[in-house]
Amino acid sequence: MITSITPEALHDTAEMLSANGRHPLTAMFGRDETESGVGYTIYCVFENIDERRMDVVKVVFDPNGHLEYDSITPIVPAAAWYEREIRDMFGLDPKGHPDKRPLVLHESFPEGFYPLRKVIPKNYNARGNRDFKIRTAKGEGLFEVPVGPIHAGIIEPGHFRFSQAGEAMLQLDAKLFFTHRGIEKAVEGKTPYEAMHIVERICGACSIANTWSFCQAVEMAQEIKVPRKAEIIRTLLMELERVVNHVGDLGNMPAGVGFNPAISLGGRLKEQATRLCEAVAGNRFLRGVIVPGGVRQDVTPELIAKIREVMTGVSAGVMDLKDMFDEQESFQNRINTTGIVRRKTAIDLAMVGVGARASGFAHDSRQDFDYGVYRELDYKIAVQETGDVAARLQERIDELAVSFRMIEQLLVMLEECKDNSLKADVTFGKGEGWGISESARGSNFHYAVLDEEGRIDRLFARSASYPNWPALTIAVQGDIIPDFPLINKSFELCYACIDR
Amino acid sequence: MFKVLQRIFKDKIATEAISTTGSDRLRGKIEGSCPSDMLAQCAASCPVGAFKASGEDYTVDYKHCLFCGKCVEACAASAGEGLQHSSKDVMPFMAEACQEVTEEVFKNKLGRSLHVRHLDAGSCNACDFEMGALGNSYYDLHRYGIAFVASPRHADLLMVTGVVTRNLEQALRMSYEAMPGPDRMVMACGACAAGGDTYGETYAIVGAADEVVPVDIYVPGCPPRPSQMIAALLAAADMMREKK
Repeated sequence: MITSITPEALHDTAEMLSANGRHPLTAMFGRDETESGVGYTIYCVFENIDERRMDVVKVVFDPNGHLEYDSITPIVPAAAWYEREIRDMFGLDPKGHPDKRPLVLHESFPEGFYPLRKVIPKNYNARGNRDFKIRTAKGEGLFEVPVGPIHAGIIEPGHFRFSQAGEAMLQLDAKLFFTHRGIEKAVEGKTPYEAMHIVERICGACSIANTWSFCQAVEMAQEIKVPRKAEIIRTLLMELERVVNHVGDLGNMPAGVGFNPAISLGGRLKEQATRLCEAVAGNRFLRGVIVPGGVRQDVTPELIAKIREVMTGVSAGVMDLKDMFDEQESFQNRINTTGIVRRKTAIDLAMVGVGARASGFAHDSRQDFDYGVYRELDYKIAVQETGDVAARLQERIDELAVSFRMIEQLLVMLEECKDNSLKADVTFGKGEGWGISESARGSNFHYAVLDEEGRIDRLFARSASYPNWPALTIAVQGDIIPDFPLINKSFELCYACIDR
Repeated sequence: MFKVLQRIFKDKIATEAISTTGSDRLRGKIEGSCPSDMLAQCAASCPVGAFKASGEDYTVDYKHCLFCGKCVEACAASAGEGLQHSSKDVMPFMAEACQEVTEEVFKNKLGRSLHVRHLDAGSCNACDFEMGALGNSYYDLHRYGIAFVASPRHADLLMVTGVVTRNLEQALRMSYEAMPGPDRMVMACGACAAGGDTYGETYAIVGAADEVVPVDIYVPGCPPRPSQMIAALLAAADMMREKK
């Protein structure tokens, strides 16, 4: 049951639901319901960590009233980006927001163009010349270092502007959303089945997390019960995706300091895991398996044996990597006390995943919510305290150990599962629901609204990188600029998933 | 230090010859026959319009194909033999006369050189991760004389991934213009850059790479496997040599 409130009541409601900042803001997004006479609405989703549930409220704007509301960013700092995005997409103005610059739409778009309003056609070609100011620090002896959007390596596009006091980074402003493809608009009017190939391609590295969250949202909206075997396979795929990503990161973080033997071993292990993904799913990024109602492919006994074999090898390799890291003092020197995020900051920004747990903010959607078969698995989530690059590295190593154990348990469950049905019958009709899954980077949240014909009226996809990006700009402050690649890689945030 | 050295020597050489055949389940080239009464249904199931009925037979435009398996799934609903994905890669092709790259391209190892600049024009990062994988010890791209460089000013080839977004249109155009002429080349890597239909048309998308810059070589796949990328890069290097 979703409570509707007026824009005037949002401030106090947010204060109450956030429990003085203890309950993180999981998502906040707009929706255009003017066609049904309701007006514009804003959904706020808080994770109630005491009761382990999501509290959803819906702010309803009077169709004839002003399109403005009191910003909640001053009391819930995690709302900063969400409110800017809602302003870009729907034109709802957050009064008193400390940073009213655009977020998603860059200079080539005109002012006053709100693409997610229903009156705007999907392929509307709006050209303009809007303002997009980069924030810099001013003062005697300070200088700027602009980097990107096209970087020197093979990475995704983003523009970073460093304000430097000598070698020290005083301030970092990141201009992101370069790969904004308008995905939330693109899926409107499609059935969930027709939208699958798009949802699967929000992000390459998190395709299971995105499809699983999306399918959960649709399944909640339609009250679909997924067969047990499909739940086991989905959970298994999620953990495989985590292994590929974490192992890749362990090989990528040493690249921030040029520690070549570790880069080479990490790359080798990642390739082994990726090839396993191809064998299991028919695609190296595990695409094409999860569908609304279940999964499309079984995991055969031969594949179970293969997963066991590859995971044993990868897990031994991870231990070797850990030995390499521990032994190399020059590497330890670089990663310890570098890029610190304090626990208070992590909670204020509602950080998720590796970024949050490395700073002592112990929440993990696998244990906090009931989905897949995580409830039946025997595991304990890993947490670190120091919040620096070393903590995020150690967190990944610990999480890998958890995943390897989970995968073994899941394979046994698969072997013991007698019911072979993989997919429930699915029909689509009116409804709305949310889904969450713990990607390698943290919780991935989707909210889907379907209309009477079962077509998507609104999809909001919030990846794990979304709440963690602002933390990066805080983590770098005071560190030296050569440490930026290292700090950046230790978060390993996706651009494609946040840009959508 | 000793442990690191010990570990390095423990590994055997992983670098292998490039194979264009993947695992049994790989959704590669579409093969088999499509019954004439199923053609329309299979074509309708394609999310990007790559699968087309032409008379009694079908064609697949691999520039656009996402290898998602929906046409095969639709065909499986019919009785008898239908479409299937083989585990073979679809080879890249050159824009000039639509010439397909053959496996011969892997054989000639020496005398090649190509400097490549990657440009993410709006990708989902899957193509980019696969490009990163080209440097791992299994593929070891350097053995072919191909290197990724840090600036378009040093590049012979611009390797574009992703559908061109409005926010990156200018970056793509400027990167191309920054490349040294006259023999600069552009590769459209993956279904987004080559076909541009992955997400449909939206307010934020310009389209395929060739709507902004001239493209010389197209690599099918979503994402292309490293083997397909290497085939395309070698073909580009050969083309470069002929031009010089």
